[in-house]
Amino acid sequence: MTVRLIRSIVGLALTSVALSALMYRLGSPLAAVFELSVCAGLMSVIFITTVSFTARVSKERLSVRRRERFMKFWYLPFLVIASGLLLSRYLRIPQFKIPAPSGAQDVRNVLWNLRHVDLFGQIVMLLAGAFGVVVLFKEPKE
Amino acid sequence: MSPELAQLFRYFIIFIILLSITGIYCILATFNLIRALIGLEILIKAVTLLIILAGYISGRSALAQSIVITLIVVEIVFMAVACGVVLWAFRHNRTIDPRKLSNLKG
Repeated sequence: MTVRLIRSIVGLALTSVALSALMYRLGSPLAAVFELSVCAGLMSVIFITTVSFTARVSKERLSVRRRERFMKFWYLPFLVIASGLLLSRYLRIPQFKIPAPSGAQDVRNVLWNLRHVDLFGQIVMLLAGAFGVVVLFKEPKE
Repeated sequence: MSPELAQLFRYFIIFIILLSITGIYCILATFNLIRALIGLEILIKAVTLLIILAGYISGRSALAQSIVITLIVVEIVFMAVACGVVLWAFRHNRTIDPRKLSNLKG
């Protein structure tokens, strides 16, 4: 189970790397760097740490789980393939009119002048996350 | 919208929808909380790509980037706390199978 989980985590990290390449190609280099360093790097570390603290599942239970999952969700892979085929065939894009770009084209300007409340939100989120993790891992008093 | 942009939008939107379906499949089909978090992460990645694509098409890449940076910060905090909750559940129940976590059932 652990090996399969690690494989999933590596797959997620590779998805993050592909996404950052796409972001870079779409003209968002700063977001691409964030995605690469935080999502591909830090997130993988968090997930691998979590996996290392949990226990391995026995082979018998794993095969039972696999059978249960197959019986319950056998149609989902077909649904994914069918929806992909249908979308590529019938998706029509509406011709909407795009508004003119605003003057602020620099991400630093936008972040510090236009969206500065977001920065306070980020700080509050980070503090809340830190306190949340501290509370979760607090040892009970004797 | 120019035909090239419309074509680009079409390709990307198909990729985004497939990414979303993969994330939903991952959440639905698994009995492991860590894998459910990975599915949620894939869903968030689809949303991130959608925001960047919208910024590129509308010519507001800077705004899209600032929103994505905020989204990434929220995502990492959320994942850290969620992994903490998973470990807490494992420590108290010796399992991360959501079907067996019934301590809060009334």
